Amino acid sequence: MYPDEYGRFGEFGGKYVPETLMSALATLEADYDRLRNDPEFQKQLHFYLRDYSGRPTPLYFARHLTEYIGGAKIYLKREDLNHTGAHKINNTLGQGLLAKMTGKKRIVAETGAGQHGVASATVAALLGLQCTVFMGEEDMERQALNVFRMRLLGTEVIPARSGTKTLKDATNEAIRHWVEHVTDTYYVIGSVVGPHPYPMMVRDFQRVIGDETKQQILEQAGRLPDSIIACVGGGSNAMGIFYPFVKDASVQLIGIEAAGEGIETHHHAASIAKGSKGVLHGSMTLLLQDEYGQVQPAHSISAGLDYPGIGPEHAHLFTSKRASYEPISDREALDAFVTLTRVEGIIPALESAHAIAYAAKYAKTLPSDAIVVVNLSGRGDKDVHTVEQLLEGTL
Amino acid sequence: MTMRGKVAIENRLRTRGERVAFIPFVSAGDPNEEYSYQLILELAKFSDVIEIGVPYSDPLADGPVIQAGSLRALQAGMSFPKALSLIARVRVVTDIPIVLFTYVNPVIQYGPEHLMKSCIQVGVDGLIIPDLPYEESEEMRTLTNQYSLALIPLISLTSYDRIEKIAANATGFAYCVSSLGVTGERSTFVNNLEDFVRTVRQASPVPVAVGFGVSQPQHIKALSAFADAVIVGSALVRRCGDIDDALKQEDHEKAEKALADLIEFARTLALS
Ligand SMILES: Cc1ncc(COP(=O)(O)O)c(C=O)c1O
Repeated sequence: MYPDEYGRFGEFGGKYVPETLMSALATLEADYDRLRNDPEFQKQLHFYLRDYSGRPTPLYFARHLTEYIGGAKIYLKREDLNHTGAHKINNTLGQGLLAKMTGKKRIVAETGAGQHGVASATVAALLGLQCTVFMGEEDMERQALNVFRMRLLGTEVIPARSGTKTLKDATNEAIRHWVEHVTDTYYVIGSVVGPHPYPMMVRDFQRVIGDETKQQILEQAGRLPDSIIACVGGGSNAMGIFYPFVKDASVQLIGIEAAGEGIETHHHAASIAKGSKGVLHGSMTLLLQDEYGQVQPAHSISAGLDYPGIGPEHAHLFTSKRASYEPISDREALDAFVTLTRVEGIIPALESAHAIAYAAKYAKTLPSDAIVVVNLSGRGDKDVHTVEQLLEGTL
Repeated sequence: MTMRGKVAIENRLRTRGERVAFIPFVSAGDPNEEYSYQLILELAKFSDVIEIGVPYSDPLADGPVIQAGSLRALQAGMSFPKALSLIARVRVVTDIPIVLFTYVNPVIQYGPEHLMKSCIQVGVDGLIIPDLPYEESEEMRTLTNQYSLALIPLISLTSYDRIEKIAANATGFAYCVSSLGVTGERSTFVNNLEDFVRTVRQASPVPVAVGFGVSQPQHIKALSAFADAVIVGSALVRRCGDIDDALKQEDHEKAEKALADLIEFARTLALS
């Protein structure tokens, strides 16, 4: 079972961080190991997931989309119906409780689209923790609504002005902040990235998506799906829905990367299609970099996928061929955003629209008795402003 | 022929006399290659070891000042191979031990063994890799030992029971990180710094240096009571920014003056 005791998923993972953080990571590992089996911790987590966030989220058979596409049956796992509008809350509830139960009073987080920032700010308000969120200056403009939501929740939002001013740099700033405040601050990482034990821990907190999906599809369709499709930024919603199916060899796992303006251009976030092995944010993984190891800027219409790396477990699922990864462009995602909205009355997050776009292309090639599950990781309210500008005059 | 590699560093720091040894840090190519070359040669005249940073896009252990220095160097076209060539040019003129400071990802891309060979070739004596903690460093420890180069570990105030194993495996020197946080100038140090450094010294077979935050003559005087060497980075790199500002205004006289000021400041520190 992965990861091993060094936090490795095959050749990926590990802990490549400044020495100042090593003791904190060891303590975190021990705390998590203890609490994951602690009935009181589990009881509280389940309570908040159910009564606060609204779990289980439905698995919805998208009949209209299925008919519109003409092919496999498409089911949507409705993570958009969670409190705060995305899967991110599954993880922040888990990590927030962990911080609380280990006596921490402050949390720090990074955010791209602002969904993880909002989910962290929400949990901080809920549990009475002080919260600081780093967000790329460029993303603060793209996702102004989420910046206001965080501030409303009592969180301090600090612009990351270094490098590309997006998620990568917000993560650097959050880690630097953590190094400085490591003795009293808990770092709530937002995806299955970072040094061990974070990729494992975030996966464990997100696997509720896949566990529910498995039970629901067996109830509704009487069998496992043929394919599961999820978008991949750092990879937490994808890892969450994939993980309980990893050993079900008949189930195809497909992660969708942001191809931006096209993977043949320099403007994309396709860390698997175009990346190579190296270290980013504390783990060995696949990332976009030049020949000398300088990290290259990523690009995507969606701030949550605009990241030059990917979680180490995805890198392992890819190299071991258990999962495949496909690119979807800004344009295709935008079309899918409109299609799902028009056909099903569901406005998806631009991140999730990437998964919808691929599902639509792929379902068409399959027979009508095939089953495809798409992880609808979040709702699109936060993106309406961006889409309005892009579609100006065309509606 | 002069001795090179880890013994060059260790011997130099052991024979420093009464004074605490002085180790300046500069980013290769900051603010550009020629100024960097001049600066390193001037520093070599009164320093004991020089730490040269390879500029990196994502310097996790660095504060805003060194980030800015990295960026200036990258914008002026510096790269991993060019940093090595710059050191080769420096090595023709000076015997001073040189330590290369680089994040781990560029090392992986360049190839660890290839890097060992290049270090020997251009005259690098040791390496500091701030995001390669003990648990991930076995390959680099083996390689540096094989090539008689130093692999200088960072030890922090939060290393606690890790100090023993890290310090015991140090070569060149043991680098005590004197404050929580990233690189940057600080006005004061934590109260237990002396105890911390003494604990490291007991466990370390090689000299002990203190860095992160050291920026004023009085810091160095205080540290000389219990450290073998001090490392000064941000206070110098900030002044490289002054050279760059002058160059941007195309005021070459002012740039020369900023370089001279930087060197004077460093000399004052070295003699503290
Ligand atoms: C709705 C939504 N989906 C997906 C992502 C991408 O993150 P991950 O790949 O970790 O699920 C984000 C990140 O902000 C998001 O907000």
